Amino acid sequence: MGLRKYIDKIKPNFENGGKFAKFHSTFEAFETFLYTPNRVTVKGAHIRDAVDMKRNMIYVLIALIPCFLFGTWNIGYQHFLSFGESVTFWQIIGYGLLKIIPLYLVSYVVGLVIEFTFAEIRHEEVNEGYFVTGFLIPLIMPVDVPLWMLALAVAFAVIIGKEVFGGSGMNVVNPALLARAFLFFSYPSKMTGDNVWIAEKADAYSGATPLGTIFNGGTVNDLPSVTEMIIGTIPGSVGETSKIAILIGGIFLIITGIASLRIIISTFIGAIAMSLLISDIPFYFHLIMGGFMFGTFFMATDPVTAAQTNIGKWIYGFLIGAVAILIRVANPGYPEGMMLAILLLNVFAPLIDWCVVAINKRKRKKRWATAERSAK
Amino acid sequence: MSNNLKLITAPLRKANPITVLILGICSALAVTAKLKPAIVMALSVTVVTALSNLVISLLRKGIPAKIRIIVQLIVVATLVILVDQFLKAFVYDVSKQLSVFVGLIITNCIVMGRLEAFAMSHKPWESLLDGIGNGLGYGSILVIVAFFRELLGSGTLFGFRVIPQGLYDFGYVNNGLMILPPMALIIIGIIIWLQKPEEEK
Repeated sequence: MGLRKYIDKIKPNFENGGKFAKFHSTFEAFETFLYTPNRVTVKGAHIRDAVDMKRNMIYVLIALIPCFLFGTWNIGYQHFLSFGESVTFWQIIGYGLLKIIPLYLVSYVVGLVIEFTFAEIRHEEVNEGYFVTGFLIPLIMPVDVPLWMLALAVAFAVIIGKEVFGGSGMNVVNPALLARAFLFFSYPSKMTGDNVWIAEKADAYSGATPLGTIFNGGTVNDLPSVTEMIIGTIPGSVGETSKIAILIGGIFLIITGIASLRIIISTFIGAIAMSLLISDIPFYFHLIMGGFMFGTFFMATDPVTAAQTNIGKWIYGFLIGAVAILIRVANPGYPEGMMLAILLLNVFAPLIDWCVVAINKRKRKKRWATAERSAK
Repeated sequence: MSNNLKLITAPLRKANPITVLILGICSALAVTAKLKPAIVMALSVTVVTALSNLVISLLRKGIPAKIRIIVQLIVVATLVILVDQFLKAFVYDVSKQLSVFVGLIITNCIVMGRLEAFAMSHKPWESLLDGIGNGLGYGSILVIVAFFRELLGSGTLFGFRVIPQGLYDFGYVNNGLMILPPMALIIIGIIIWLQKPEEEK
């Protein structure tokens, strides 16, 4: 392997005292990216497993590919549909790629530059956390979001959401969702309404999402058919429309053990319970409208920001589902509640865990006390 | 003399009431959406802290320890009402914008904090300087936060348009989050973040 030899040859330059010692983190990141590191944990760890952070992140990326592909197709499909043109499959894909590639370029360039800069300043290794965040961010944006806004949101999310807390694994809220929330509150005209979901749509064509239709007083009859909403040929954020693509990725995450099945099930239970309780439209519409499914499978299950204890996960998921539907139905301000529900529960997750652990402790103390007494 | 000078300069950076002591955050969130009210608020707080420090320091030997908080409150409340009337008389529109927050200077943690921690145990001249210093320390952060919030949130400074129309034609949009209180908290957080390493040196 020529590349391996080349990397070994230039490696001393980046060690302490070398010519480019300043860029040690950058070098290390590229080396790890290209090759499996040969260093393993030598002390202190009690569980040894082949699944490391790199593999974890790659699995999530693989799980997102169906959403990405369908999203790309749907961008083109919605665009040509609004003009009533019929074009070939490859024209649709071509148009979709034309729209989505700039979003990805901005997301990765801005995010990675910030990550690398912080790693160099702190003399830490660059880790893989941003690959998933950077892949998620364009998927949860309206396709028409201006690129400078996207860049600003990425910078805000990575610096304020992650780096100030100490980088990947230390963040309190999901950085991808934080990027979306930042834009949502900063530039509402570009993040909500009927005109942002379809790229360069024809003026006469209504670009309302199903949630937007309901929000503006529409009924179930005004919505696209259930089949359309499940397949995903509707306007919406890039990656959220196709429930089939989400399910394929979601099942992959469950099988590989990265997404917690407890959180997913309890989120669904919470959402169904709440929509039966307060919503006028049938509950299954809430599950297939908007970002509910995408949020449940890819955002709520983020292992860093979710609750860690098993009972905690049930509570955490249930509350996400319930709060999301509550915001959708009861709040006069925004059509979608999933983003806000997940961010809110991200903040409360440590508290939930703390309570679960504290209750468990008390139970065990009591049990111990009775055992002590009966022994006497 | 240098000691007296320190009473004024320390609260600007090292012992800043907002970024180091984390006092007076509430009003810093509420009045910093625009520069003008922020500056008026900063001056009002400076006047109140300085004069209440002075008065309490003069009275400090005569105040019974058990009712000192009540005495302090009466002094502060009197001064705040004077400031409020003054604002209403001379800068009515700003006074309208500040609304309840002028009255709330009475409960501003910085005022009470300085009275308890400083004026009760120091001489009048030093207390006056300490009050001015802390008022300015509070005000400096207010002005910094308000500068960024007004510039990025409304595209203006002191109500005058600063961001050229050309930029808007290019698709620039004012940041709505800057108008909302959370962003004030985030800006204060960033100031603390930038200030911390300097202090540790």
